[in-house]
Parts: sequence; structure tokens; C-alpha cells
Amino acid sequence: MTTDVETLAQPAHRATEQPAIAGRGLSKVYGLGDRQAARALAADDPAAAVAAAGGYLGAADVSFSIGTGEMFVVMGLSGSGKSTVLRMINRLNEPTAGELLIDGEDITKVSDSRLREIRNSRIGMVFQHFSLFPHRTVRDNAAYGLKVRGVGKAERRERADAALERVGLGDRGDKLPHELSGGMRQRVGLARALAVDPPVLLMDEPFSALDPLIRRDMQDLLLELQAEDRRTTVFVTHDLNEAMRIGDQVMVMRQGRVVQCAPGAEIVAHPADEYVSEFVADVDRARVLTAYDLQRPAKLVFEVDERPDAALRRLGDNEAQGAYVVGKDERLLGVVTDAALLAGVNRGDGDLSGSVSQDFHTVEPTAHIGDFMHRAGRQVVPVTVVDGRGRLSGVVPRATILSSLSTAPAQERERDERRLEVAARA
Amino acid sequence: MPDLRIGERGESVIDFMTEHLGGFFDLLKDLLNFGLRSVYDLLTVLTPVAMVVVLVVLAVLATRRVLLSISLGLGLLLIQSMDLWPETMQTMASVLVATVVALLIGIPLGIWSAFNPVVRSVLRPVLDLMQTLPVFVYLLPTILFFGVGDAPGLVATIVFSVPPAVRLTQLGINQVDSETVEASVAFGASRREVLREVQLPLAMPSIMTGVNQVIMLALSMVVVAGLVGGAGLGGVVVNAVQGLQIAASIEGGLAVVVIAIYLDRVTSALGGQGRANPAWWPRRRTVAPVAPVTAEPVTVG
Repeated sequence: MTTDVETLAQPAHRATEQPAIAGRGLSKVYGLGDRQAARALAADDPAAAVAAAGGYLGAADVSFSIGTGEMFVVMGLSGSGKSTVLRMINRLNEPTAGELLIDGEDITKVSDSRLREIRNSRIGMVFQHFSLFPHRTVRDNAAYGLKVRGVGKAERRERADAALERVGLGDRGDKLPHELSGGMRQRVGLARALAVDPPVLLMDEPFSALDPLIRRDMQDLLLELQAEDRRTTVFVTHDLNEAMRIGDQVMVMRQGRVVQCAPGAEIVAHPADEYVSEFVADVDRARVLTAYDLQRPAKLVFEVDERPDAALRRLGDNEAQGAYVVGKDERLLGVVTDAALLAGVNRGDGDLSGSVSQDFHTVEPTAHIGDFMHRAGRQVVPVTVVDGRGRLSGVVPRATILSSLSTAPAQERERDERRLEVAARA
Repeated sequence: MPDLRIGERGESVIDFMTEHLGGFFDLLKDLLNFGLRSVYDLLTVLTPVAMVVVLVVLAVLATRRVLLSISLGLGLLLIQSMDLWPETMQTMASVLVATVVALLIGIPLGIWSAFNPVVRSVLRPVLDLMQTLPVFVYLLPTILFFGVGDAPGLVATIVFSVPPAVRLTQLGINQVDSETVEASVAFGASRREVLREVQLPLAMPSIMTGVNQVIMLALSMVVVAGLVGGAGLGGVVVNAVQGLQIAASIEGGLAVVVIAIYLDRVTSALGGQGRANPAWWPRRRTVAPVAPVTAEPVTVG
């Protein structure tokens, strides 16, 4: 089940192309000399060894792989190492150990001049507190990366204005940053990163200093831009709803370590541990979880050429009142109830085709819980998940829906689920 | 405790310098005197009244406050009425030369120490020494090096006024928001570009405060410079005090006060003190607080 989810959710190119960005065994030690840090990292418990030496382990053995065009969200509380990881990508933070490949080039080993070139031409960055240059106009801010690159004045102006236009600030080029509101300032920050048209965009909690309505606007803007550009983006946030909303992949970090790295819905549906499940407790599950995340295999599936009396017997053995019927090509034909089967037996039917009814509700695997939860429990069979080719993918019992919306940790949820199921049957 | 004979050792160092570095000191003296003479000639090209008009216009440009500038002009006219104009311009010349030299030494040192903690920790006690060692202690050796005249006073003034230039430059650079610096680095700027395009411009208010402090300290040394034969208001005051001429000493002292206030108001306005933005900040026409200030000439005139 878990492997199925992974193959489905990951973009197809991941298997074949080399990742746009890959981190391998990245560690960052603060406050220790190189030799001391290396010794501490080699210990059995690096975190304790680093702390004992008087340092601080910001990131410990972090590995990840980001596909081209992917929106990769790094999530965690403050001090979890998420910003450390982001800043290692353009070496604002020098990794203590590990390698970091951008398009196959290990950026931890490049010379200073090559590093500046990579920073200028391949990586754009957006900062939490905007970090605009207060003494430069909005246009000059947006043009900064081009200026460093040595682009001529006219072209600089043109490209900066184009970038400002894209973020909706085409008419503010002559203003100074302090004359703009917070949301507008971050739009300038975004334009500054976009103006150099980098293949990689780094965003360090870019919207957390903004109020919720503006934040949502900015997320919309980012999603719009992303739909046009498909730019490889690393986005750091502590806001899970934000992570779920914009992220293709979400990497949850805690105390410098990666706890879980998966698509957002997978993290909500199957938190790797207590920490993650506590973290995802506040998320609006109905908007995040899909039928695919919750479905389980149907218990009773009859082939259409099965004899009605045999089917009725199996129904009785399983204490069920209805079952699915699939054709030879695995397409779902419908459901049969015990009453319909009995009628079929009495008619002397040779197969189930005469007893099938369409009295049930189907959803696509991508449907969110919020879209179908009100229909659950109305029919003899649970909500039925049918894939694009009409094949039975699985079922979502009402008990599963209800328990998935609760915020209790995983084991507790499963226990409740069993109880609800028993109660529903009685 | 053993007697380290620090005083004697210091004296022998100074003796050594007097004997072997005479040529160097002579060159330095000539350079300083040349600078002083040139600036003085420039300041006295115009008649005193015309010069007052020029200074008032400069004050308006810098402070954008007309009433203040007119008051400063009246003060300068008072100097002319006391018949101390040439001496005042001599003092002005020595303050300007001392300030320029102090800034040429202080600002690069400040930048260096902002980036190098070792330099910072070495410079700190040296700066403390320069500011707190009683002036007369190093005035005597400077007379030995340069002889009596303008040069020893000027050198003592420079030594005394360098520290704030170093300290406020370093402070200004280190106070620039580190994320803003990072933003520049993240876009591929080299250290030199970061310094030139982000750190220095954003440190400018602090550096300008340093310039203001340097000028004020230089002015406070005027009378001391007069003691060792420097021309200007210092000489006027020293002669008046030695001759028990109370009237002349009052006039000389008053003239020092007037140019002190003038230089302070003008240079502190350049540093943006007490205002939302300093005068040199770009795009000031779009900055709201400026509007009532520029409207002032209309209501006054």
C-alpha cells in the first residue's frame, strides 16, 4: 500500500532524470572548529557529541532529492534545521559534511568565483523579512541580480519591470521599499528573485511575516507563477496548511533530522511517528486527504460469471449484505445485495449479471474527503473509489472517514475505527 | 614590583624618532602646511560678507531649515563685526584639513575592523589611548618632531579626532541587517560589491555621525593648537588669556562657539539626525515628511 502511494504521487521523471537538487548526508555543526566538528559527527550519537563539545548540531545527515520543476517544502518548528538546510543549497550556510548536487555539480566543492556565478545565474532567493535594499527603488531592487551579473542598464530596467509586472507591481517601480505594504514588499522580493530567471528558487519562510489574508494571496500568486514556470522551488515553512497547499513533496524535520519526506496527503494519512502526527493534528484533513489516501481493498468482490447461489453463500459467510461485481476486464459493473442474489437464485440465473444494481456512490481517487463525506453510509456498500478506467480501486468505509478527521495519534485512531465499525454493523 | 622604566623607554623611542625620522616629519609638516594654506586661500577668495552668504546657502541645502540657516548667518556676521574673520577662516581651514586626514585614516580602519575581529580587538585599546591620553602628553613630542607652528597642533588634533571615525564606521557596517547583506550575497555579489552597494550606503548615517564627531573634536582642539603656535582663533584666545585681556578672550571664545554650532548643524543634518531620512537619501521628493519642509520658504519669504 505504501509503495503504491509513492509511485503514484511522485512525478514520472524522478525515476529516470537526475534530480535538480540532491543533498547527501548533509550535516551542519555550529560553533565548533572543522576538526572538532568532524570528530563529533563521527561519534555514535553525533547530536550528543556536538553538544558535549559545546557546539550545536543544526542539521544531521540530511538527504533529499528534488526533481526538476518540483515544489519541495521543508517543514518543521523553529530550530528544526529547515532554514539551515535551505541555506546550505546556496552555501549561505557552509555544510560541515555531505554533498549537495545542483544538476549533478557538487556545490560544496566549487571555487568562490564559481559559487558566485551559480548563486547569480542558477539560484534565486526570497527571504523571510523581505531583506530589500532600503536605499534602492523597487525597480533597482528587482534588477539587483542582473546588476551583479553586469547586464546593461536598459535591459536591466526592462527585465526588472517585466518581473514586477508578473507580481502585480508594474506601476510601483519608482517607489522606495518603505513606501509599500508588507505584502507588496515581499512581491518585490519575489520579483528580485524572478528577474534573473533562475532554474532554482529558494524561499525561506517567505510568507510567515504576512497576515493570513495576504499570505493566502501570496500563495495563490506563487501557485500561478509555478503553473507557468514549473521552476524547481525549495520552500521553507512552519505552517502545515501552507505546506499542504503548495507542496508537491513535504520534508518534515525535527532537531536537525528528516522525520518524513513524502507528498503532503501521505504525511497526513500516514504520519511516520508521534511527532509528525502531533504536527499534522491541526491540518484541515477534509481538504487534504483524498479517497486514494483512505481507501482499503474491498472485502467482497465477485466475478460476474460466479453462480448466484455460491455468491449468496459467501455473502452469508462474511456477514455482509452486499458485494461488488467486476467483469472480466476488471471493470466495476455494480453491486449485488443479498435480496437481489436471492431473486437471481429463484430465477435460476447462471451468473450475476441479472442481479447487479447501480445503487451506490463512486468517487475518483483524487476526490477530497470534504467532497464526499456527506454521502457516506447511505448505501449498503461504502463509498466506492473507481479509477479513471472504471476499475474498482478500493472502498472508503464511513468509519475510516470519521476517524481520519480526528486528530488522535495513529494507534488510537485505528482502535476507534474498529469500534465504529463494530457499532455500525450492530 | 620591578620598575619597568616605561617613561624612560618611551622617551628614548621619541629621541630615536626625532633623530632618525626628521626627514619624514619635515615632509609631513610641509604637506600639512601646504594643505592648510590652500584651504585658507580658498576660504578667503570671497569677501567676508559674500562668504557668509555662501555658507548660509550651504546650510539651507544641508538642513532644509531656513530660519536656522539665517540664525547661523547672523552668528557668522557677528564674527566679522568682532573683526575676527581671518582668524576664524584659519581655524576653519585647520579643522577641515584635520577632519579630512582623520577621515582618510579612520574610515578605512573602521571598515577593516568591521570585517576583522583581530583588527578590532587590537585597535580598541589603541583608540582608547588616543582619546584619553591627556593631550599635553603627546603635544610635547609633536613639538619636538615638527617644531612650533601649525603642524604640531594639527597632528595632535588628528590623533585626537580619528577614534570616532573608526568606531562609528565599524558600528555602522556591523549594524547593517545581516539578512540584507545575505540577500546581496545570495545574488552572487562579491565582498567588495556587498560593501560598496549595501553595507557602506546603509552605514552612511552612522558614518556621517562619525564625521560630525570628528569635526567637533577637531574644534575642541583649537585652543590647544593655539598654545603651540597655531594660527587662528586658538591663538587669539591664548594671547588674550595670557595678557589677561578679558574682552578679547570673550570675543575669541564666542567666535569658536559660532563656527562650532554652524559645523555641527550642517554636518549632523547630512547624517540625517532627527529626521526620517538624511538629506542625501535618494528620491526625497516622494518621501512624505519632506513636503512641509520644502514649503517653508514660501511661508517665510
